[in-house]
Amino acid sequence: MLPLHFTAPILAKDPLDPISQFEIKKLAELKIGEFDISFTNSALMMVVGLVATALWLFFSMRRRALVPGRGQSIVEVSYEFIANMIRQSAGADGLRFFPFVYALFIFVLFANMIGMFPIFFTATSHLVVTVMLAMMVWLLVIVYGIAKNGFGFFKLFWPDGVPIAIKPVVGLLEVISFVSRPISHSIRLWANVFAGHILLKLFAGFAVVLFTSDAIGLKLLSIAPYIMTFALVPLEFLVAFVQAYVFALLTCIYLSDALHPGHH
Amino acid sequence: MEAEAAKFIGAGLACIGMAGAGIGVGNLFGSFLSGALRNPSAAPGQFSNLIFGFAVTEALGIFSFLVALILLFVA
Repeated sequence: MLPLHFTAPILAKDPLDPISQFEIKKLAELKIGEFDISFTNSALMMVVGLVATALWLFFSMRRRALVPGRGQSIVEVSYEFIANMIRQSAGADGLRFFPFVYALFIFVLFANMIGMFPIFFTATSHLVVTVMLAMMVWLLVIVYGIAKNGFGFFKLFWPDGVPIAIKPVVGLLEVISFVSRPISHSIRLWANVFAGHILLKLFAGFAVVLFTSDAIGLKLLSIAPYIMTFALVPLEFLVAFVQAYVFALLTCIYLSDALHPGHH
Repeated sequence: MEAEAAKFIGAGLACIGMAGAGIGVGNLFGSFLSGALRNPSAAPGQFSNLIFGFAVTEALGIFSFLVALILLFVA
């Protein structure tokens, strides 16, 4: 596995280098003792996402009408969307986690979507951000699971309805799958965003390289990667949404283990 | 063999993994479609399962793509 601080170490002199778009820039130097807590472009984009969410929710819901207007409808649809997801995957008592799951979904969605615009930085394209989110979910499952079920939480690793002879093996596999959850949960989001942005930059780079070449044939050929870039942008918007959805869905499935250990 | 050449060969080999993800995603949507055409009224209820399966399957292809990219640009 990559080290957690992996944040695109090789940064570039070449403007066509696809990695350099993930460079962290310090906007304001801040330090507490030894810790560098500088305000970076990544932090700025998270704040932008947060402010955009707050303004969107505040102005859409300012006039709370019984018959919703356009803005209010969108907020209600997003509410029902997440609430249904929780009901389906974690049961009705999972709704106590609604604020957490909704906040997580909207945060990841806005971070992904803001990153799709040129110039803007994608906060979720760094493994350290997604690992923090995934560890938060994982620790919440452990803490809430033990607080609610006590020792019964460990029935998660001792499933019912399995023959006693192979139960230890199944239990071991359950432990391994539980421990590897934050890894797969975070890498899935990060890898999709990271790979998508590199892909866009690569095709845009191909177009530039071909167009600036001397041969007229290659100049004409540059239209192909140019069109490809346009085709990829909607796909990446879809990925941005789907990955935020999947991140929230997996959160619900994991929280369902904390709510009902032993049968899944 | 030079290390630089081995890197490119490794990146190419890593991309073979995408074939598996391609088979998986194709199988997923094919099965969903054949099921949905038999019983269209049940199809919308399975949309979240479809997207979940798609993301889990597609992530494996992304992982192999990522290995290739890291070999090419970072390692």
